[in-house]
Amino acid sequence: MQISCNWHTEYAYSVCMTIRHGILTLLSQGPRYGYQLRAEFEASTGAAWPLNIGQVYTTLSRMERDGLVSPGEQDEQGRVVYSITEAGLAEMERWFRTPVVPSDRPRDELVIKLAMAVTAAADVRPIIQAQRTATMRTLQEFVRAKRASVGDPAQRLVLDSMIFQAEAEQRWLDHCEAVLTASPQTQEKQR
Amino acid sequence: MSFDPVVRLTDVSRVHGDGPQAVPALREVSLDIAAGELVAVMGPSGSGKSTLLNLVGGLDRPTSGEVVVAGTPLSGMTAGGLAGLRRRHVGYVFQDLNLIPSLTAAENVMLPRELDGVRAGRARREAGDALAEVGLADVAGRFPDEISGGQRQRVAIARALVGERRLILADEPTGALDTPTGDDILQLLRARCDAGATVLLVTHEPRYAAWADRVIFLRDGEIADSTATPLESARLSAERTPASGPRSGGEA
Ligand SMILES: Nc1ncnc2c1ncn2[C@@H]1O[C@H](COP(=O)(O)OP(=O)(O)O)[C@@H](O)[C@H]1O
Ligand SMILES: [Mg+2]
Repeated sequence: MQISCNWHTEYAYSVCMTIRHGILTLLSQGPRYGYQLRAEFEASTGAAWPLNIGQVYTTLSRMERDGLVSPGEQDEQGRVVYSITEAGLAEMERWFRTPVVPSDRPRDELVIKLAMAVTAAADVRPIIQAQRTATMRTLQEFVRAKRASVGDPAQRLVLDSMIFQAEAEQRWLDHCEAVLTASPQTQEKQR
Repeated sequence: MSFDPVVRLTDVSRVHGDGPQAVPALREVSLDIAAGELVAVMGPSGSGKSTLLNLVGGLDRPTSGEVVVAGTPLSGMTAGGLAGLRRRHVGYVFQDLNLIPSLTAAENVMLPRELDGVRAGRARREAGDALAEVGLADVAGRFPDEISGGQRQRVAIARALVGERRLILADEPTGALDTPTGDDILQLLRARCDAGATVLLVTHEPRYAAWADRVIFLRDGEIADSTATPLESARLSAERTPASGPRSGGEA
């Protein structure tokens, strides 16, 4: 399973880098404690991306090693405030300037599942139908969350992104159904 | 009788034309919609969405089966009776809006109330309220071609809301609007539902359908799927509730 290994490494790297850049962006607004960074990161992504506090401190110490952030003195409760450095600011700006490159492999279980089902000459319609209803339920939950997120534009945009992605999946399922219904091979099978 | 569904379809079929040219647009569809429910209908072009909406609104009659609206079976009603029911209870937002170009926004919204026989002063006041509800108080005096597409869409919705209509039927009300404007429209329909009205919405955009309490997928005139519990079980439990009244709806 070399594909999935590669993919995991790639994905882990991109997650790692995104957390780094998110932290840099928060620190560009002023020094913060680790626990603050975690709370603000989660709030601005609409809890779409939960972080644990260990991840935050590990990332901060690596960023300190790379000269992107600098820690202040410990206070009496042993907490440390972090600030962004010049190099950190430059790195953050580079991140915002650079477009994100989408992954070049289909890494979606659903896509693989349908492709496999078609290859194995299974009846794909029940799979599509079950998935369509499940995806719509997910979409309904996103919309409910969005209606509850009035007054928080960052959270709302994250939810909009999830809504558009779920919608793309829904459209793709309709497309699969239409293509498979039209193909004589599948019609044969349905008799 | 508030436990009764506002809309009940029982084994409704609609065949257009006859003989070899007959087109079955809807096949034995059964569906209950409760007060305050927002139901979205999705499906490919030609799957029967508009036919379903027209049957519920009494604009078309089924070939077989029964449509009951607010406890009244539509099959027993005369054309005049149907028209009266539509005017009092049902608001439409059509695919192609149907705003009258020579009337201002306010006059377009007043029109159904004037047809109801409501006096002009009161109709004007109600139209003002409905336009304010959709955020258009400031364009009340303008003509349809003097406002944007999104505003026209909202005028059409105000016209469907005016005069306390309890059942709103909307066929692609988001048309070609951009997403934030489309969201505003869904927000409006949603607010009406939360205030107790019932909305049946046809849309081909999943992001708008997802505002509904329940999404129904039509395929070739049949309900292929729905995000709710199966209809049979919903009906069975409704029938077990003594407050739900007779199965056939009876005379209201
Ligand atoms: N007045 C009519 N006469 C003949 N066929 C019709 C008429 N109205 C609709 N149909 C047919 O009925 C089917 C369903 O149409 P419709 O309800 O308009 O579908 P949708 O709104 O989902 O696109 C289609 O095949 C359509 O061609
Ligand atoms: Mg239609």
